[in-house]
Amino acid sequence: MTHTRGRVVLAGIVLVGALVLSISFAVAIGPADLTVGEVWGSIAAHLTGSESPLGVLRDGIVWELRLPRVLTAAAVGAGLALVGAIMQALTRNQLADPYLLGISSGASLGAVTVLLLGFAVFLPLAAFAGALLALAATLALAGAFGRITPTRTVLAGVAVSSLAAAVTSFVIFWVATGDAYREVLSWLLGSLAGARWDAVLIAGVAVLVIGIPLALTGRILDAFALGDTTAASLGIPVQGVRWTLLGAGALLTGALVAVSGSIGFVGLVLPHAVRLLVGPGHRALLPLSGLVGAVFLIWADTLARTVFEPRELPVGIVTAIVGAPVFAALLVRRRSEA
Amino acid sequence: MTVRQARDGALSISGVSVVVDGNVLVDDAAFDAPSGAVTALLGPNGAGKSTLLRAVSGIHRPDGGTVEFEGADLLAMRRRDRARRVALVEQEATTELPLTARAVAGLGRTPHEALLGGRDPSSDDVVTRALTDAGALPLADREVPSLSGGERQRVLLARALAQQPRLLLLDEPMNHLDIAAQLDVLALLARLAADGVTVVAALHDLALAASHADHVVVMSRGRVVADGPTAETLTPDLIAAVYGVRAAWTTNPLTGRPLLALD
Repeated sequence: MTHTRGRVVLAGIVLVGALVLSISFAVAIGPADLTVGEVWGSIAAHLTGSESPLGVLRDGIVWELRLPRVLTAAAVGAGLALVGAIMQALTRNQLADPYLLGISSGASLGAVTVLLLGFAVFLPLAAFAGALLALAATLALAGAFGRITPTRTVLAGVAVSSLAAAVTSFVIFWVATGDAYREVLSWLLGSLAGARWDAVLIAGVAVLVIGIPLALTGRILDAFALGDTTAASLGIPVQGVRWTLLGAGALLTGALVAVSGSIGFVGLVLPHAVRLLVGPGHRALLPLSGLVGAVFLIWADTLARTVFEPRELPVGIVTAIVGAPVFAALLVRRRSEA
Repeated sequence: MTVRQARDGALSISGVSVVVDGNVLVDDAAFDAPSGAVTALLGPNGAGKSTLLRAVSGIHRPDGGTVEFEGADLLAMRRRDRARRVALVEQEATTELPLTARAVAGLGRTPHEALLGGRDPSSDDVVTRALTDAGALPLADREVPSLSGGERQRVLLARALAQQPRLLLLDEPMNHLDIAAQLDVLALLARLAADGVTVVAALHDLALAASHADHVVVMSRGRVVADGPTAETLTPDLIAAVYGVRAAWTTNPLTGRPLLALD
C-alpha cells in the first residue's frame, strides 16, 4: 500500500512538472523561433504590467495566440479526462466517456446551427445550450419508463445522440456551402485553433469551479466499485451522489465542448492508461487523469498545428489517431491478463 | 399464525412491509434478534429474505414498520451513522475493476473516514484484522476479479468486518463456498456474536442453520411465520408447512449436539 501511495505522489509531482514544461515548450514551438526564456519573459511582462522584452509581433504570438490556446488545451484535456473517469465509475462501464449522455451531439447541433446561420459569435453559448438540452432530453427519456438507472441512461444517451447527429447532418446538408463545410467539419472534429482568452476563461473557470471539486470525490466513487447496494450500505446516498456527479460532469463537459468542439478519445482512453499506472482507486485516478489529460491535449494540439504547417489539423483527428491504437493495445493487454 | 416470543432483542423489527411495483415482497414482518447470538433467517427461495435484509439495513426503505437496534431507530438515522453500526454482505456483489482484496476490504472504512479527506492511518490495522478474521489475509494483494467465488466471498466478508459493525447482516454468505469454508464462516459468525455483534444471516441450508444458529426467523411468502430459539422453533410441523419436507431432530454422532435430519 505505501508502495502504491509513494508512486501516486511521485506521479503527481512528475506530472505537475511536466505540465509546466509542456506549457512553456508548446508556446515556444512553431514558426517565429521563440525560446522558452522569451515565452516566460513575455508572460512575466504581462503579469507585472511592464514592457515586454519581445517585439510587438512576437509578443502578440505568445500572449494573444499561443498561450491562450495552450492553456485552453490544458483545461479541456484535464476536464475531459477527469469527467471520463467519473462517467466510467458512475455507470460501471469501461466504455463510458464524457459524451455519453448526448452532450457532444447536442453541443454540435447548437454550434453547427449558429455557424451556418452566420451567428458564429454565439457559438459557445449555442453549443452549451445544445449540450444542456441534449442532457435534459436524455434524462427525460431515461425517466419516461420509470426509475432512472445507469443502463437506461446510457441507452437514452445513445438515442438522443443519434437523433441530434441526424439533425446536425440534415442542417449541414441543407444549408452548408463552400468554406462553411470546412469550418463545420473542423468544429465537429474538435479544434482549438480559435481559442483566445475568452476560451481560457470559460474552460478555466469550469475546470476550477467544477473540475477541482469533482477531482476530490474519489473515495465516494470507490464505494461504487461493488455496485449500488454496497455503496448504499457504506452510507453513500447513492441516487443523490450519482445525479450530482453526472450533472456536474455534464455541465463541465458542456463548457469544454463549447470552446473546443467534441474532441474524442481523451475522456475514454486516458483514464484507462492512468489506471495501468496507479491502479483503479479513484482518489489517485481522478486528479492524475486530469493532469495527464492536460499534458496530453497540449501536445496533441501542438502536433495538430505543426505537422502539416502551415495547414492545421483539427486536434480531434490527432487524439483519435493516437487514442484508437492505445485503446486497442489496452484491450489486448486486458484480455491477455484475464 | 405468527408465533412470537417476547424477548429483549438487540434488533427488534415490527410491521415491516416492502411493496415493489404493486407486489408485496415483505408483509408486516416482525422479529427480534438477540445480541451475542447468530440468528438465521430461513425460508424457501422467494420468501423475501433478501428483501427483508435490505429493508432492515436501510438500503431499501420499507413502506412501513420500524427497525430498532440497541434502542435506536435505524431508519431515522443518518446514512453514515447507520453504516457505522450496520454492515450488509450482499449476494453476488463483485467488481470488474482490478482492485486488490485489501482495497475492497478497505471500502468498509468509508463510513468512518472523511469522504473528501485523506486516509486515517489506523484504518490499515482495522482492515488487516478484518482480512485476518475473514481468512482473506493471504489474498490481500490479489486482484478481486481473479479470485474464485469462495475467495471473493471472504473478501466481501472482510469488507463488512472492516466497517466494525454492531449489527452484521449477511445474505447467503456461504454461496460458492465448499463445506469446510462454510463451517469456517459459521465459526467466524459465532466468534463475532460472542464478541457482542448481533449477526443475522439469510441461509438456505436448513440443516446447517439448524445446527449452527442460536436463533431462527422463518419466512414464508413474505411473512415471518416463526421466530425464536432454534430447537424450539424449528419443529417438524413448521418445516413441513414451510418447506414441504419431512424433518426430525436427532443427535449428531460427531458432536453430540442436536441435528436436524431431513427427508
